[in-house]
Amino acid sequence: MTTRFTKDHEWVRLDGDVATVGISTYAAEQLGDVVYAELPPVGASFAQGADMAVVESAKTASDVYAPISGEVVDANAEIKGENWQIINDAPQGEGWFVKLKIANKAEFDALMDEAAYADYVKGL
Amino acid sequence: MSYETTSGNKGLQQAEALIFETGHATGTGVDLPEPKGGAYEKLGGLGRKAALELPGFSEPETVRHFVRLSQKNYAIDLGLFPLGSCTMKHNPRLNERAARFEGFADLHPLQPTSTIQGALELMDELAHWLMELTGMPAVALSPKAGAHGEFCGMLAIKAALEARGEAETRRRVLVPESAHGTNPATAVAAGFIVDEIPARDDGRVHLDDVVAKLGPDVAGVMMTNPNTCGLFEPEIKRIADAIHEAGGYFYCDGANYNAIVGKVRPGDLGIDAMHINLHKTFSTPHGGGGPGAGPTVLSAALAPFAPVPHIVKRGDVRELREHSDGTQAFGRMCAFHGQMGMFTRALTYMMSHGSDGLRQVAEDAVLNANYLLARLKPHFNAPFGERPCMHEVLLDDSSIKPKGVETIDMAKALLDEGYHPFTTYFPLVVHGAMLIEPTETEPKRELDRFADVMIALAERVNAGEVEFFKQAPKLAPMRRLDDTRAARSPKLRWKPEANSAAKQAAE
Amino acid sequence: MRYLPLTEADRQQMLSVIGAKHIDELFVDVPKGALLKDLIDLPKAQGEIEVHRHMQRLAEKNIPAGRTAFFLGAGAYRHHVPASVDHLIQRSEFLTAYTPYQPEIAQGTLQALYEFQSQVATLLDMEVSNASMYDGSTACAEAAMMAARVTKRKKIVFSGGVHPHYIETARTACEALGLEIVALPAAIDDEAAVTGKLGADVAAVIVQSPNVFGTITDLSKIREAAHGAGALMVATFTECTAFGLIEPGGSYGADIVCGEGQSIGNALNFGGPYVGLFTVKEKYLRQMPGRVAGETLDADGKRGFVLTLSTREQHIRREKATSNICTNSGLCQLAWTIHMTLLGEKGLRQLAALNHEKATQLAFALGAVPGVEVLTTRFYNEIAVRLPKPAQGVVDTLAAEGVIAGVAMSRLDPKAGMDDVLITCATEMNTHDDIATYADALKKVLAQ
Repeated sequence: MTTRFTKDHEWVRLDGDVATVGISTYAAEQLGDVVYAELPPVGASFAQGADMAVVESAKTASDVYAPISGEVVDANAEIKGENWQIINDAPQGEGWFVKLKIANKAEFDALMDEAAYADYVKGL
Repeated sequence: MSYETTSGNKGLQQAEALIFETGHATGTGVDLPEPKGGAYEKLGGLGRKAALELPGFSEPETVRHFVRLSQKNYAIDLGLFPLGSCTMKHNPRLNERAARFEGFADLHPLQPTSTIQGALELMDELAHWLMELTGMPAVALSPKAGAHGEFCGMLAIKAALEARGEAETRRRVLVPESAHGTNPATAVAAGFIVDEIPARDDGRVHLDDVVAKLGPDVAGVMMTNPNTCGLFEPEIKRIADAIHEAGGYFYCDGANYNAIVGKVRPGDLGIDAMHINLHKTFSTPHGGGGPGAGPTVLSAALAPFAPVPHIVKRGDVRELREHSDGTQAFGRMCAFHGQMGMFTRALTYMMSHGSDGLRQVAEDAVLNANYLLARLKPHFNAPFGERPCMHEVLLDDSSIKPKGVETIDMAKALLDEGYHPFTTYFPLVVHGAMLIEPTETEPKRELDRFADVMIALAERVNAGEVEFFKQAPKLAPMRRLDDTRAARSPKLRWKPEANSAAKQAAE
Repeated sequence: MRYLPLTEADRQQMLSVIGAKHIDELFVDVPKGALLKDLIDLPKAQGEIEVHRHMQRLAEKNIPAGRTAFFLGAGAYRHHVPASVDHLIQRSEFLTAYTPYQPEIAQGTLQALYEFQSQVATLLDMEVSNASMYDGSTACAEAAMMAARVTKRKKIVFSGGVHPHYIETARTACEALGLEIVALPAAIDDEAAVTGKLGADVAAVIVQSPNVFGTITDLSKIREAAHGAGALMVATFTECTAFGLIEPGGSYGADIVCGEGQSIGNALNFGGPYVGLFTVKEKYLRQMPGRVAGETLDADGKRGFVLTLSTREQHIRREKATSNICTNSGLCQLAWTIHMTLLGEKGLRQLAALNHEKATQLAFALGAVPGVEVLTTRFYNEIAVRLPKPAQGVVDTLAAEGVIAGVAMSRLDPKAGMDDVLITCATEMNTHDDIATYADALKKVLAQ
């Protein structure tokens, strides 16, 4: 499965019409130890680029934007259970945020692939 | 330094438990007459039933507890407190005495006006000083802190727009990226939409960038002058003119007024509203986080909308207008008349300095900062250091970060040297900012001593002593505290059952 | 100038290190014409003797509460503050410290904050307290805005017993945000009116107990009505010593309990600075405004305290912050904590019982004055009475006799239609003689 990325450091992985979304390893490192995250409720819909979630360390807070339009069909129970460390330990794996039922696959295709994102991060 | 004592004390530093751990509900430090009880009770059966379990102490125990706590604090009275944008200057004790005069401290805000003529006169005098110093025709005294003053100014702007029938159409407020966080938070609280003016490499706001954002939907601009980088905005007058021409208003954040008091009148720069932090420029004590006071001066365009209460003079008698009905006042900032205790202190301070002394305040504040800039510039990167600064020196981390030392590490090393550090990581527009504001109440030898310490630290960075910085502080009352632990599972009050961290630590 | 240590020689030497000839070279960025050449037209510097004299002269033009028979409350209360409180808050290390941004050298302030939060939460029977707000009125306004954030609704209902200045303060703040304020008609006993008025668009019902007329209320039914409509119940107060004797809002299941803390540790100060108390249920913690101190450990595993949850605040969240508030009420909050430590549960209960006893004596004495009707039947230390003539005139006349009788409701709210209502209170500071003086003087004034 390909993973794609946004300039705001969200990642998306597509499985049929369900996209798993989280924050990139780079973003998690920049943020430091996560102390709080707020995920949207199942059923909420977001347009691409809309504020979707919040993730916080002790000293900073970052908005997480919907990398792709869709409806929330699942939110990570580990995070909801306040296991913040999972976001630091496996940001691009077990520390995913939500699953979105997507509306428009073209939005996904237009995002950066792994190599393009790596280049982008290098330039920051 | 891992020397442990049996008592937990470190010489003069006394270990001190929480009152909840040592006090008890039957202890008390007051002797009150015994109430007669029961017979006349008019509580309608709503009396408090369960025990409160609030611990009490005798007076000697109470005094000792809080004196022991106090000894864990740094303070201006102890040494240089160069916290940028906070103006930690000496707090004259005459101010404290005046505020405690029975005729001010033992006055109720709702006493009949015949019994408070001196208090109203004092407020008028303070208003006169603030208006003359700023060159502005009106002032609202009631805002209770700087951010509350910002809110007052933005509500005055909103009311003026409403009076013009433009409150619905003009909702955008321009705020430079370098602004203090209260500015955007205030604009939003007042119902506006924030539009950020991006930062430029020279740390200043450019007329072109403001003009590019002007339009019929702009309510105004919120700028700080001198700005958060410690620089006077050279284009401020032209920016004000452009804003006015576009039908908007100019809010100035007066947090850094100390740099220009008596030298420049904000009214001459085209400003419509500016709050004045009495706890900064006019030396009322910071008290570990407050109380502040934020009187807000207003231009002729905004003056009619000043919130109640207003002092109204009829002959020699002063009255209070406490309701906005029949006026254009936008409302009320707080229950009473503002921070009277701070008015007393601030007026005492102003009268002590006089117009000549206040001008000297600004000059010495700016001189002290530029002296530190001159001494530190060869050893640190000062991003805008090619020109004079105002009352504070801005350094960044570009000379230390490549060597593995961060701004936070410099700050913690200063703790071991016996200093409160500079402001860290603000303004955000500079990477790893170190913002140093010495204020005018520092003698030259204190500045030299501080500069020597900073330079010695820079040399340690260059010598690669990274661990020295990462381990700091070692000599402060505590080692580095774990912010992440505090935020992940917040423990915000003592609870009888959950009092575990202390025990854990002891085990 | 005694506060400025630089000598003229220092200044010259420093300018030469900087590479400037004249101080104005450092003000080079000030636009031409805006740099003042002359002094501003204000008096010149004066010594301590002159300034002291001037301030004293102003102070002497006032009649301090302690020189009168004093019965005024309505949001600010005259209580005894033990001498040690003012001594301790004037310690340099408390008085001249800043916000505890460097916790390693600010544990004094931080531990005192943690103790304050613990005491406040206990007093109000709530789960979490912040580190204090500016005062009771602004705390109440913040509670209204917080309720709107929590419920995502826009209507705030104020009960008819809330202090009119609190309602006006909240109205000013809330209307700017597009929230709607519904203020129910002023009522001595305001319980019934609140329970009947709650639609599904209400974010919060804000009720005060003891209310502005002194009435204490069982908030259970209001809580049921609020929660039944999906709204929060905010319980506010102006007299915090009451909770040494009566149940606080937290005991009735309020979602936010906030109000004025001045009564403990703080003088009247003509209206400020005071200390706003602000407590919430834990589930609303992330929406709470203001600073908060929390417990943690240092690198050696020792317990310490830090400011925490700051990601809610303006310096990090900027336009998305829960509030623009940047300070707490530091020294006033410290005074509160010290005074509460001196009181303890025993002293607080005693103080509260004493206040109630004085108020019952006052109610009895005033009720015996011909033409006076005591309106408040359940109270703590404050009552409303109906006079046979407009209350404002009576207050003014009594003031000339050395009696500060209270405040006319018409002064707090001219539109309430309660011109004959006087709000009056008694505290532990009032003597038996004060009460007799008051009743006698009132009798004379009403007989005129």
